[in-house]
Amino acid sequence: MARLNAPPVWLKPAAHLLAALPGLWLLAGWAELLWLDPASLRLSADPVAHTHNALGLQALRLLIATLAVTPLFRLSRWTPIMSLRRPLGLWAFAYAALHLAFYLAMELDFSLSALWREALKKPFIFFGLAAFLSLLPLAATSTRRAIKALGGRRWQALHRLVYVAGIAASIHFILRVKGFQPEPYLYAALLILLLAARLLPNRKRPNRAPQPTA
Amino acid sequence: MRFHPKPGWLIPERDATPESHWLNRRQMAAAMGLAGLAHPLLAQTDPAALAPLKAKRTISLGEDLTPLKAVTSYNNFYEFGLDKSDPSERAGTLRPSPWTVKVGGLVHKPLTLDVDQWIGKLSLEERLYRMRCVEGWSMAIPWIGFPLAGLLKAVEPLGSAKYVRFTTLNDPKQMPGLRLPALDWPYREGLRLDEAMHPLTILAVGLYGRRLPNQNGAPLRLVVPWKYGFKSAKSIVAIDLVERQPLTSWNQSQPSEYGFYSNVNPDVDHPRWSQSTERRIGEFRKRPTLPFNGYGEQVASLYRGMDLAKYF
Repeated sequence: MARLNAPPVWLKPAAHLLAALPGLWLLAGWAELLWLDPASLRLSADPVAHTHNALGLQALRLLIATLAVTPLFRLSRWTPIMSLRRPLGLWAFAYAALHLAFYLAMELDFSLSALWREALKKPFIFFGLAAFLSLLPLAATSTRRAIKALGGRRWQALHRLVYVAGIAASIHFILRVKGFQPEPYLYAALLILLLAARLLPNRKRPNRAPQPTA
Repeated sequence: MRFHPKPGWLIPERDATPESHWLNRRQMAAAMGLAGLAHPLLAQTDPAALAPLKAKRTISLGEDLTPLKAVTSYNNFYEFGLDKSDPSERAGTLRPSPWTVKVGGLVHKPLTLDVDQWIGKLSLEERLYRMRCVEGWSMAIPWIGFPLAGLLKAVEPLGSAKYVRFTTLNDPKQMPGLRLPALDWPYREGLRLDEAMHPLTILAVGLYGRRLPNQNGAPLRLVVPWKYGFKSAKSIVAIDLVERQPLTSWNQSQPSEYGFYSNVNPDVDHPRWSQSTERRIGEFRKRPTLPFNGYGEQVASLYRGMDLAKYF
């Protein structure tokens, strides 16, 4: 196989930009609201709820994007795409962390004990927190050094937690809405599809370097 | 949509035309075969374009009102879509005039009301009410309307009538959201007869001095200020007096989350979030939620002896 493994220069910056855009949009909205026009409706009439929802949705979207990388690679055999796994995963974590921080700040007055109580009382909160806590060790071990320290095999086993995060996040979204709403089920269906794709036999195994790709 | 800058000499059509004609312009347009064209003038979602209403303020509120733009752009009205912004963007398809409401069921004198004619005959009241959504946000809104009790007395309920059921329009052509099974359509809500007769319960036909915008439930909606917002059914076509507690849409969809009573109660949590606080639209921090949304003095006696955690 030809060595085409070096990702094109634009690939990662494009991924970073796309991932950052919704956050920048929220920042711009808040800047407008706080300094230019207190009556602005760019972030709806309830900017706090809007921001909270947008951060959570973006975290789920990026988590699904992260989980799409491997199946897309298997379909396309385009090795550079694998270089997106880490940045997309870290962006998903960043949005999830902001989502949780926003919830803690705006709804719970920064009380971790209140968060714990809510998580034990309300399945909706439990699954959201479970998704975040599953992502936490993955973000913490996302460096090359961590892969070396853990050893490729153990690192990979740990990073299967991303499936738990995806499932928990989807349930969290399904539990969030009132009435029957298709949107969270569409995300869940996409997630199931991406997880199921991993069960298919991986026909052409690429020539593996001794270290797994980050 | 096209925008035409208005020249300085242009006076609004409402000032140049007798109001009765102006109010009738939609029928006239319909008669001319324009109704299907969804002309922006017929859209009725721009609050500034709606007919003004004369009303005497009878209940005020020592709180800042929620800005009109927020009241008319942040709505739960699933008949037009699931996002808060959907109703203001999509409710232009609703035709609130002409509109009739059938008042019947267990009554001596059933009525069919033409809302436009009826508004002309009534002395309307302006009432400033808090509105608390079950989702944890709230507004303060200047409604224009009249007590439901007067209408119910006029139809003379039979002795067997114990509850009142409200039914919203069920026309997917006017309400595209009805094609999605978000709830069991048509939207139905209900009150116990004494709740419906309570002087705070009104049928609203306007807000902020003008007719109701479509997204707020034009042309006629219920407003029950001590209950969560979803109890206040919008765009009502039928009011029926019934003997048994009626099945209501939200209660049917998730009985553990949306009780028949759904009185605002900071001590009974929604299974997924706390109801002890709320965010007033326009504010960032939450404020405590008041029992019965602050109307306990007037309505608590309706529920004397009832376990409000059981009958939530």
